[in-house]
Amino acid sequence: MKIIPISALIGLFFTFLYFFVAIFAPWIAPYGMAEIVGDVWEPSSSAYWLGTDSIGRDLLTRMIYGGRTTIFIATAATILSFTTGATLGFLAAVSGGWIDQVLSRFVDLIMAIPSLIFALVVLSVMPVTIPVLILVMGLLDATRVFRLSRAVAVDINVMDYVEAAKLRGEGLRWIIFREILPNALSPLVAEMGLRFIFMVLFVSTLSFLGLGVQPPQADWGGIVKENKEGIVYGISAALAPAFAIATLAISVNLVADWVLNRTTSLKGGRG
Amino acid sequence: MSETLLKVRGLKIGATVFPPGEKPHDITIVHGVSFDLAPGKVLGLIGESGAGKSTIGLAAMGYGRGGVKITGGEVFVNGRDILKGGIKGLRELRGAEVTYVAQSAAAAFNPAKKLMEQVTEAAISHGKFSKSDAEKRAVALFAKLGLPDPENIGERYPHQVSGGQLQRVMTALALCPEPDLVVFDEPTTALDVTTQIDVLAAIKEAIRDTGVAALYITHDLAVVAQVSDHIMVLRGGNTVEYGDTDQIINAPVDDYTRALVTVRSIDHEEKSPSDNPVLQVKNITARYKGTNFDVLSDINVELHAGQTLAVVGESGSGKSTLARVITGLLPPSHGSIEFGGHTLTPDLPNRPMEDLRELQMIYQMADVAMNPRQTVGTIIGRPLELYFGLRGEEKRKRIRELLEEIEMGDGFVDRYPAELSGGQKQRVCIARCLAAKPKLIICDEVTSALDPLVADGILKLLLDLQKIEDVSYLFITHDLATVRAIADSIAVMYQGRVVRYGPKSEVLAPPFDDYTDLLLSSVPEMELGWLEKVISSRKMESAGN
Repeated sequence: MKIIPISALIGLFFTFLYFFVAIFAPWIAPYGMAEIVGDVWEPSSSAYWLGTDSIGRDLLTRMIYGGRTTIFIATAATILSFTTGATLGFLAAVSGGWIDQVLSRFVDLIMAIPSLIFALVVLSVMPVTIPVLILVMGLLDATRVFRLSRAVAVDINVMDYVEAAKLRGEGLRWIIFREILPNALSPLVAEMGLRFIFMVLFVSTLSFLGLGVQPPQADWGGIVKENKEGIVYGISAALAPAFAIATLAISVNLVADWVLNRTTSLKGGRG
Repeated sequence: MSETLLKVRGLKIGATVFPPGEKPHDITIVHGVSFDLAPGKVLGLIGESGAGKSTIGLAAMGYGRGGVKITGGEVFVNGRDILKGGIKGLRELRGAEVTYVAQSAAAAFNPAKKLMEQVTEAAISHGKFSKSDAEKRAVALFAKLGLPDPENIGERYPHQVSGGQLQRVMTALALCPEPDLVVFDEPTTALDVTTQIDVLAAIKEAIRDTGVAALYITHDLAVVAQVSDHIMVLRGGNTVEYGDTDQIINAPVDDYTRALVTVRSIDHEEKSPSDNPVLQVKNITARYKGTNFDVLSDINVELHAGQTLAVVGESGSGKSTLARVITGLLPPSHGSIEFGGHTLTPDLPNRPMEDLRELQMIYQMADVAMNPRQTVGTIIGRPLELYFGLRGEEKRKRIRELLEEIEMGDGFVDRYPAELSGGQKQRVCIARCLAAKPKLIICDEVTSALDPLVADGILKLLLDLQKIEDVSYLFITHDLATVRAIADSIAVMYQGRVVRYGPKSEVLAPPFDDYTDLLLSSVPEMELGWLEKVISSRKMESAGN
């Protein structure tokens, strides 16, 4: 437990790096977010490390601000989806009966519609602001978290210690948060790493389609969209966000794997 | 012993352990065990869990379970050292010369294949018999083991026969390839007490008739005394005592063996019923949702303050369901329960907190009855918080007192359940109940999952606590030895009905009804030749057959 495996160290390093850069973007970025500093698609140089984009803004600056937006939206949406999804999932498993039926069938209904289409429909009638984006993504993804946490909690709910808690006269809140949650943490943490990355991809897809983060705000999906024509002329600007998403995905999951290993062996718990 | 079939010399077995919070390291689990087994003889390996008995049994087939390695010593089968034979040698050995009967037949059979296919598989693949000969032999073995309809039972799937029958089919599976040695690993432990002796008798007869040698592994000395010629007592991977059965049972030398022989000899004087019953179960009938038969029908029992009512019966008799009805987990379809002078609300969510506090429950499996993510302090402290609003130093003081009462020190406060032994876990569960200062504790098979000596300690503790706290126990068990040790009154249950009920002295005295007689006579006794005596004098077949 004291020794952090090398893979987790690499994951931790890059995850922290990305979050650090995202949080302190205004101090780190060499230029202003929407500042036009040079020609269109200049190659990388000592002044513009990654070159410039389709209208002459510094690409590194755009990437840093884009990461800030993307990571913030993805983090907020993940937190939202896990709090609502897990709470409702546990509630459904513990209560059973009609509460379980209503919640589960409602979730089935939502899941029957492809989430991208659903999000596009909702976002086309709602004003596309960041809070709305977070809400739509978080709630749509909560259905997946609901399914997982309900399945895990159903197993735990039949354990004798939960029955003992019910016989003791514990309320729903104690049973969900003190008896079930600590024992359901391992699969949820593993899922969280995965879900976070799906959120990054989701918000990038939405921006690429023009219904996510609106210009001049930068985000990774938007940067791909703005620079996609360049690919034809051999300009690699559109690949930078792809590379960022890939490295972030790998490092977050390396961390999630390690947390998962740690929590399963912790105090001889489930697993 | 002119000729030796199995010769084990200085067998050492090691394993890698992964303790939580520490680096994995190697430990030795069997420290140089030696024994001989002549053809046609039976050696009983006995010991508590962790004694290494199953590990030694599997080593006779050159096998180590996951993470277990044979690190030293020699194992000769028919004069050949099997540990040096390599994979090919082992393949010729297993399933041909040495076969294995596992504890849980239900888990050991492939549910998707018919029994006949599985029974004959080893014999055919080793080329010992042709398919038709193997099937003929299997049918003969089915008949010998007393299975009904031996001609056709092989056409069934594992789930279509009962647990006792499946265990016999597994014995047939092991005997089918005409092995020289069969390793029986707790073959009757998972069976009901009334089924156990039929299977035991069938196994014993099959061993005698086929002339095969056997290693018989069990934790129950009384069982092994019935089938084996020699007994080896193991503890912590060491041989404690090794001798012939007669000597081990009647003249044990070692203290540990002596303790095993005299286990369950607690003396408990029966108390006479007082006039204020704590619990009155009145005309209870209950069924599970979505089924159309009554699991309990018309149950009437009474329990008096400071006394113990034992509810006895085999699995499926409805004894645990009775506990569920009393606790409110399963509201009855008819009847009522009086508790401490008033009628209990039938369903749990509507019961007042005071009733919940006064009625506590201890479970069979202590490790799943405690949240693995809570410390002992939290587990015991929670009822104190919930019922009495104790906080801080006051709560800690009470936890220390409770740990003292269950004979564990306050060093355990910050431990997690996984860091406790089986007996300690059960003690913590008891402390959790006591923390609520209950009038009645329902004990559901609380000693069944424990080793005999540990179980004895728990029973003594429960009796002592009863004197101090004046608490009543509703003690659910299938084990009559336990009942004799602690009960004041007894209710014998069979197929959802109470067939015999009264003070202990009356229930356990003749004349018996047929079922009570079957149940009483099925409890293995530490006596040579007991099995034959019982089988010949039984009035009733057990339901598990």
